[in-house]
Parts: sequence; C-alpha cells; structure tokens
Amino acid sequence: MFKIENLHAGVEDKSILKGIDLQINAGEVHAVMGPNGSGKSTLAQIIAGRDGYDITQGTMEFRGRDLLDCGPEERAHLGVFLAFQYPVEIPGVNTTYFLKAAVNEVRKARGLPEMDAVKFLQYIREKAKLLDLPGDFLKRSINTGFSGGEKKRNEIFQMAVLEPDFAVLDETDSGLDIDALKTVSHGVNQLRNAQRAQLVITHYQRLLDYIVPDIVHVLHDGRIVRSGDRDLALELEKRGYSWVAEASATLPA
Amino acid sequence: MTDSVATLPHPNDLPFSAPAAEPEWLSSLRRSAWDRFERIGWPTLADEDWRFTNLNPLKQLSLTPSRKPASPVTREAVEARSLLKGIEAVRLIFVDGYFAPELSDRPEFDHGIHVASLGQALGNSNGSYRPYLTAPTRPELNAFAALNTAWFADGVAVSVPPRQTVSLPILAIFAAHGAAEGPTTNPRNFLRLQEGSSATFIEEHVSLNETPYLTNAVTECLVGEQASVEHLKIQDQSPATHHLATFHAWLERHSRLSSHSLALGARLARNDLRVKLEGEGAECVLNGLYLTDGQRLADHHMVVDHVAPRCQSHEYFNGILSDRSRGVFHGRILVQQEAQKTDAKQTSKSLLLSDEAVVNTKPQLEIYADDVKCTHGATIGQMDEEAIFYLRARGIPLPVAQQIIQLAFAEEIVERIQERAVRQRLADVVQERLKIT
Repeated sequence: MFKIENLHAGVEDKSILKGIDLQINAGEVHAVMGPNGSGKSTLAQIIAGRDGYDITQGTMEFRGRDLLDCGPEERAHLGVFLAFQYPVEIPGVNTTYFLKAAVNEVRKARGLPEMDAVKFLQYIREKAKLLDLPGDFLKRSINTGFSGGEKKRNEIFQMAVLEPDFAVLDETDSGLDIDALKTVSHGVNQLRNAQRAQLVITHYQRLLDYIVPDIVHVLHDGRIVRSGDRDLALELEKRGYSWVAEASATLPA
Repeated sequence: MTDSVATLPHPNDLPFSAPAAEPEWLSSLRRSAWDRFERIGWPTLADEDWRFTNLNPLKQLSLTPSRKPASPVTREAVEARSLLKGIEAVRLIFVDGYFAPELSDRPEFDHGIHVASLGQALGNSNGSYRPYLTAPTRPELNAFAALNTAWFADGVAVSVPPRQTVSLPILAIFAAHGAAEGPTTNPRNFLRLQEGSSATFIEEHVSLNETPYLTNAVTECLVGEQASVEHLKIQDQSPATHHLATFHAWLERHSRLSSHSLALGARLARNDLRVKLEGEGAECVLNGLYLTDGQRLADHHMVVDHVAPRCQSHEYFNGILSDRSRGVFHGRILVQQEAQKTDAKQTSKSLLLSDEAVVNTKPQLEIYADDVKCTHGATIGQMDEEAIFYLRARGIPLPVAQQIIQLAFAEEIVERIQERAVRQRLADVVQERLKIT
C-alpha cells in the first residue's frame, strides 16, 4: 500500500535521511522510534509533502501513485494524512469552516458530491464526541489559544473526520497526560481496519501500549537500523537508544 | 507658502460663501481657516507627518472646489456604487459634495434627535452649530482640514440629546464625478452626542465615473459622558481619485467610540485620525483594514491623546498589499501626566502578496505618566508558510489556502464592526475582493 525505497533527503548541504526503505501493507500499523535528530519528523514531513527538502534519491509510492510527484493537497485527496507534531494556529479561520472546506475538497477530488451543511454538522459533532472535545471547539479558530493537549486531540479529530487510508502520527503522544493519551489512542484505533494503514512516530514506548503496532522500526542517523515486532519497543525502552546506536555502528555503511 | 497654494481660490471668491448666502461668522471662520492653510502650506516629504506619502500626483489636478452637478443623478446610480445597498439605514446622499435632498431619505426622529444636511443646518441661521465649528479649543490640525473649513459646502449634522438612541444607522453616501474644473469635494460632518446617548454613523465615499478628483473630508465627533458612538468610514473610490480625510473625536467621561476605516479604493488615500480622551474612563477602538493593488497607497496616520486617567485605547490596523502598492501606518499614543492607569494597545499587521509591495510603519509612544500599560506591535510579512502547508495537508488546494489566510486576516478587522447587517455585508464584500482571480 505504501512503499519507500532508498529515500535520501536533506536540507541544503545537510543530509538527514540516508536511504530509508519501508513497506506498509493495508491493515498494518507500523511504529518508527528513534532518538532526537534521527530524522523521524523529517520522514513525516516528507510523506505529507512539505516543501523545503531536497529529495536526492529514492521513491515513495502510495497505492501505485508516485507521491513525490504530488502536492500536499493531492496526497490528502489520495487518502494520506499527517497528524502534526506541532499543529499550526490559524487565527480567524473557524474550525468548522476549515473542516468543511477540507472534506469537500477531498470529496470533489474523488468525484463525490459536496456534503450539505446540516449533514456535515451532524457528522462532525459525532466525531467531536469521540475525542471528548469541548462544546465551543468547533466555533473557535483553528488551534488558536488551544493547550498542547487540545491541539493534539484536534489533530486526531481531523483524522476521524477525514478518515484517511494512510495516517502518519508524528509524536502525537508528546504533551499528553495519561487520560488524553487514552482518548487520542481510542480515536486512532477506531479508524483501524483491514483496508487502512498507520505509521506511528514516537520517541517513547508508552504510546504503543495503546496503539499496538504490528512492526516497530528503529531510526538512527537517517536509516532504519532495526525492525521487529513490538517487543523491540520494549527492549528499546529497557536498554535505551544508545544500544541501537552501538549496534548500528557495526552495520555495513 | 508654495506656488500651488497661490493658485487656489480664496473662500471669498467661492459662490456659496457670498455674505448673503451664509452668516458672517462662517465667512470669517472660512477666512481664518484659509489663512491657516496658507501658513502651513502644502505638505512635502520633508514633513515628518508626510514622510511616506507623496502628494505630488495631486498637483496635476487643478484644485478648485467642486460645483453642483450639472445634470441630475438618480438614486439608483448612487446606490449601484454603494457597498451597503439594501442595508437598513437612514440615507443622506451627497453628489459632488452637495446635499441631494431628492435622493435622500427624510429622516424623522423624535425626542429632539436631529439628523440633517450641515449646509441646511447652517443656513437655518439659528446658529446652533456655531460654537462647535468655531470653538478655539478645536484647532484645525493639518493643512487639509483647514482647507476643508475654507471650502466645505455640505455634509451631515447629527445632534443627539441626552439618553437618546438613534435607532437606525445614519448612512451618508458621498458620491462624486471627476471634473477638470472643480475637482475637489469637501464633505464636512459634525456629530454631537450628548450624555448617555448613542448612534451609528457611516460615511461612504464612492465614485460615479473614472475621472480624477480629490475628496478632502473632515468628520468631527463630540462624545458626551457615557455616550457611545460607532463610526464607520468606507472608502471605495475609483483608482483615478485621491482621498484625504480627517476624523477628529473628543471623548468625555466613560464614553465609548469605535471608529472603523475600510480603505478599498483611490489612487492615494490618507486618513488622519485624532482622538482625545478627555474624560476619565473613556474608551476608544480605532480599527482599520486596507486592501491595495497596482500602484495605490493607503496611509493611516493617528494620534491618540490620553488626557484623563483610566482611559483605554486600542488600535488595530491590517493591510493586504499586492503588486507595487504601498501602505503607511503611523500610530502615535500620547499619555499625558494626568493620565494614570492608561491602557493603550496598538497593533499593525500587513500581508505582502508581492515582493514589490512596501509598508512603512511607525509606532510612537510618548508617555508622561508613570502608571500605565502601553503596548505596540507591528508585523510585516508574507503569508505564513506553515499555515498554508497545514491547510494543504488537509486537502485544501494552494490558491484556496492562500485565500483562506488572507480572508482570516481581513476578518479580524471586519468582525469588530458592531452593526450586524453592515458587518456581514462588508465581510462578503471583502471576500469578493480577495477572490482568486
């Protein structure tokens, strides 16, 4: 469903990703773990189509489409979603208006009719309940004045509204207390099914107690240095990232 | 005195200022305003207050006061240019600076509320406006306000007695034709709100053709104790025209003023805003939006003078500039020694849509009291790339995302307009103006 081969990317003279290979099949949840600076967030941003990175080598495909050739909006239309590590505040843009525009643009791109206003409101209210969001939330400007936790919940709320087939969660757990973490994980798990895939990027094992991955990858210095089942995450937590750093030093370059 | 001033007609030579047509006190007021205009002279870039706004293009006009329109104008023709067409209001229509009673509503207010043409009110010779127009504590501020006094023909006069509320917005539409001879219209509005009264006054400046002219408008507003006024100025003149305007307000104890400026048109538009917070606990909001393109320039120049303690003043100005257009924001807050517990806040934000657009901002705080809260902030920049990416990542195409960001930026200002129907209409207008082309 989603496949990256030998991806090299960086900014200006600095290379960040140094040959990533990753294949995710429909129905799977993968986790990417790694220390700060290993390239986790760069990977997330590049999947979503962020400008400003030089892709020097490699390919990235989603359902046979060359993603590197698509703008961020086209990726969203295809069903790719990024839950941002740092959701952006956009004062003056009402959350409901924004979501309606997003949903209808995606529908338009897929040849579906626009959703009418009444139906749409019912639809998003249900989704808001799922994420336990405050009542006035839909009327507020996007993320403006939200707490860190509210912003993260808003990301998963948007994910629930857009129902993407491939979702990338970039450190969605950072800044969440345990109750918020449960709510957010519940929201993510609701979207899990045999046709969809998820990529969970995190620094800590804790999130993976709630969003249980099929496969865990360890990213170090721009490369996936180890992959395994979820026991790998537990081992990482026990032994720390220095363990994989040492192990990766012995890998062939 | 510069050459260009010398060629302008003295008020004695104007047809309407003949002694038979108006009271002697007014003629003498015009003469002294003229003297003042001559003394100050034509502003140049060397004047600190005009550093960024070059008035040379104006000199190509033969600046003489406008004459009454030669051929009749229909109400439809005026309303077709009005952005507030169909909005419930009492409409007073002025063509080329002269009141057009046949096009205007006949406002009938009870309880002593007086809304009329200033020209007619002065002609009634009861002299009720004389003390305000001539008061020595109300000096003309700049050359153009003085020129307006020397030349004005008409405008709106509003007087609201204590504790009365004017139930409908008063909408003055100043529609003008360009003309080779007499291209300067001089609208003059005067509002007096007595204790505890309230009113909404809207001045709208529009063009009836694409020929160059100059609007030189003055609006004065006295806000009595606990009175409350909303003032809105919509300037949507043709890009061939020039627009100079002075808004001058005096606020007494616990009164409130919100004044909004929407600068959408004209080749050059300059707004001088002067607010004096004279009574304790008075509050004012100055709020403005300008949209410029081509080679146009929009300049807002304000001085907020905190005289009394415990007053609040907030200024918010946003501009969206494309092509080679220019924006100027000058905001001076003066906090006098007596004005303790002043709360003054000023922000100016501009969005540059082209590399060639330019904004000059000049905040100026001058504080002589020691217990005050004053802040100012200015941002000038391109559209927020992070925000654009965020919207695109949710499926919103780039041009739509850009439009959403611009609209939000404009909305911040428009949403401060209290009069609901007007606010909604102007939000639609702004959305239309910012539409992707």
